[in-house]
Amino acid sequence: MTVINEVNSNEPLLEVRDLAISFTTSTGEVQAVKDAHLTVMPGETVAIVGESGSGKSTTALAAIGLLPGNGRVSGGRITFAGEDLTGASSKRIVELRGSSIGMVPQDPMSNLNPVWKIGFQVRETLKANGLPAGPSDVAKVLAEAGLPDAERRARQFPHEFSGGMRQRALIAIGLSCRPRLLIADEPTSALDVTVQRQILDHLETMTAELGTAVLLITHDLGLAAERARKVVVMYKGRVVESGPAHAILTNPRHPYTKRLVEAAPSLASRRIQSAKAAGIETGELLAPAEASAETADNVIEVSNLTKVFKLRGGFGKTTNFKAVDDVSFAIKRGTTTAVVGESGSGKSTVARMVLNLEDPTSGKIRFDGVDMGSLKGKELLAFRRRVQPIFQDPYGSLDPMYNIFRTIEEPLRVHNIGDKKSREAKVRRLLDQVALPASVMRRFPNELSGGQRQRIAIARALALDPEVVICDEAVSALDVLVQDQILNLLADLQHELGLSYLFITHDLAVVRQIADHVCVMEKGRVVEAGTTDAVFDEPGQEYTRALLAAIPGSSLELPPEVA
Amino acid sequence: MTWYIIRRFLQMIPVFFGATFLVYFLVFSLPGDPIQALFGDRPVNEAVAAQLREQYNLDEPFLVQYFLYLKNLVTFNLGNDFSGRPVAEVLVQIFPVTIRLAILALIFEAVFGIIFGVVAGLRKGKLFDGTVLVASLIVIAIPIFVLGFVMQFVVGVKLGWAKPTVGGDAGWLDLILPAIVLGLVSFAYVLRLTRTSIIENMHADYVRTATAKGLSRQRVVVVHILRNSMIPVVTFLGADLGALMGGAIVTEGIFNVPGVGQRLYQSVLRGEGPTIVSIVSVLVMVYILANLLVDVLYAWLDPRIRYA
Repeated sequence: MTVINEVNSNEPLLEVRDLAISFTTSTGEVQAVKDAHLTVMPGETVAIVGESGSGKSTTALAAIGLLPGNGRVSGGRITFAGEDLTGASSKRIVELRGSSIGMVPQDPMSNLNPVWKIGFQVRETLKANGLPAGPSDVAKVLAEAGLPDAERRARQFPHEFSGGMRQRALIAIGLSCRPRLLIADEPTSALDVTVQRQILDHLETMTAELGTAVLLITHDLGLAAERARKVVVMYKGRVVESGPAHAILTNPRHPYTKRLVEAAPSLASRRIQSAKAAGIETGELLAPAEASAETADNVIEVSNLTKVFKLRGGFGKTTNFKAVDDVSFAIKRGTTTAVVGESGSGKSTVARMVLNLEDPTSGKIRFDGVDMGSLKGKELLAFRRRVQPIFQDPYGSLDPMYNIFRTIEEPLRVHNIGDKKSREAKVRRLLDQVALPASVMRRFPNELSGGQRQRIAIARALALDPEVVICDEAVSALDVLVQDQILNLLADLQHELGLSYLFITHDLAVVRQIADHVCVMEKGRVVEAGTTDAVFDEPGQEYTRALLAAIPGSSLELPPEVA
Repeated sequence: MTWYIIRRFLQMIPVFFGATFLVYFLVFSLPGDPIQALFGDRPVNEAVAAQLREQYNLDEPFLVQYFLYLKNLVTFNLGNDFSGRPVAEVLVQIFPVTIRLAILALIFEAVFGIIFGVVAGLRKGKLFDGTVLVASLIVIAIPIFVLGFVMQFVVGVKLGWAKPTVGGDAGWLDLILPAIVLGLVSFAYVLRLTRTSIIENMHADYVRTATAKGLSRQRVVVVHILRNSMIPVVTFLGADLGALMGGAIVTEGIFNVPGVGQRLYQSVLRGEGPTIVSIVSVLVMVYILANLLVDVLYAWLDPRIRYA
């Protein structure tokens, strides 16, 4: 890639100088971006890294005039190939969009119009930018993005595509008019790791071939360092650090970048591997529960669990779909077991069955030696007290009409525990345990951040002093730094309260940080199980190896003392 | 899809029997003797009354009456109303009028509701949007008979742009004013629904992507925002078609339109079982068909919906 950079002129393709962007809200002007600087040379890949709300997307979107209605550039300049874009007419911006600056958006599920065929959406892009738009042109564009059987696929609707295929279609659209700059806004954060890797590899090859410069926006420092030559770190609307990727990773200067390097799960798992390679004791890097695991008994035993769903077909026919197929595993008291797999692997169905929210088609789940299928009425209510869930989406799992006190107190009230006074004391104690001030009790979920909400969800789960907590993708929706805090919190609570965790996740990097045992699921079956170390060090299955290789940053060469 | 439509038609059978039975039962339990009512203030002629009772099976128990009605129905004999006219003939006379009225009202509310809603949605927070929102709220808040009489007086009597009352032979042109009154409230709802839907879709991710592709603003609005915004509006319009057919009682009364609403009202007052049941059954059918039409349109507008 460096070769291409040298070949091109020294004139920067995109230059952002002293950029300031503000949003008009009901409470007045909010400054979203201040004094942002960045330069993208022709054919170069530059990554902007930062957490949500850091202004990284806003900066990039300002370049093609896609700020939301209440946002505006309040200062500075954006220059594209020598042309000032901040003062450009909207007609000029429309001309540049697509043909000179392309975009690949974040979420493939919501970025294709559901009511139009894929081919139509590619064709209108070509047409709008004055390129030939016959069926063969459309198929060619889709095929380039690695979509097999493109001609037939072009006649399908977005909902007939998997997430990875949709993202390929979006990449096809973004690159279809051969732009000189491609803005890739978290292009793979919504995808499974293995798919993520394929897509990024393909994007890299394609842009290298076409000589397209890429502005990659990501929250994952590991991914940024792996894919980009230059990294720009943004924090609270400012560029806090920028420079060559490797230098930032190995020698972060700004405190925020340092925290980011420490917290990135993809890097953390690298850290453990590197430390191992160097012969350093890794015990303290792992979840603290390892010691007690030796003698512990099984709190949950799952044997031959199977779940069959009936899918409705045409003419009143139904087909059976085996979501979970003969799954067995056990959770030792006081330890963490992770169930890992891509979407559709059946891992969440397992979680729902362990929570007794879904009945298994066959197989048994024993909780403390008692078959869960036999529980009824009062016994079932008692069981619910001992097993509590934490769900993925902290925005969706808290009732927006309940204040925080009521949210946490509700399970206590349902189970008739204590009186009003003691319940309030308990809520205070719980908030303290999850490191939130008691003053949040009177607030509502929409007044809290994602990380704070997830802490509330944890406090609510712990209200009934459960023995087992089931975390269904409990940290997937959070930014890396917050994710790190929550994982530490969970580990501390486990240590303190002797909790057992069942951790459902697609993120192997997280597993490495928290789990003692791992079950890898593929298409409803457990393909590999064992201790985390064993699975990570000597993966026995091709599928597990693919999952491990797909963790962003895994190809980075890091000396252990730095990483 | 074919199988889905067939199944929906099969579902109409139990609905038909349920509806007719229910309506027949309600008519049967109406207080008062319909024959007595026929004679009005004059003394009842017992011989004639007995004959009438036998002719309309009024001397039979409820279930027998209902089955006799069904038996006649199979042979397409809907019975006679109390003035001796075959009910079938009555239906043929009143339904075309109401259908015309409903179609005009539907066109009015759909065309104007969608246009105003789209413009208001695209200019959210501007003067036009504000004016339209307040106006539509006023329309929704005022009872239909007030709107009806005001329009009749202003447009029909004062300005003389339309006939204040329709009467006997109702043609398309005569029905425009009543249709506007009939569709006015739904027009306000369509407008608001379209507006909300447009505003919601304007901020959808795929709209931003479409803009980033280099499409013109006009194309983004027409191709990417409009079609997606029509999904909830179509549902409302479909359900409303059924309501327009049966709910025109007040409007038909004000403008003296000889349609279904007026006739149904009269028949209820007279306790004419077979006439009421026949009219209501047809209305039920219309309602079911309109819903089916909505569901088919739905699948066309939104390809994610596939009926199996």
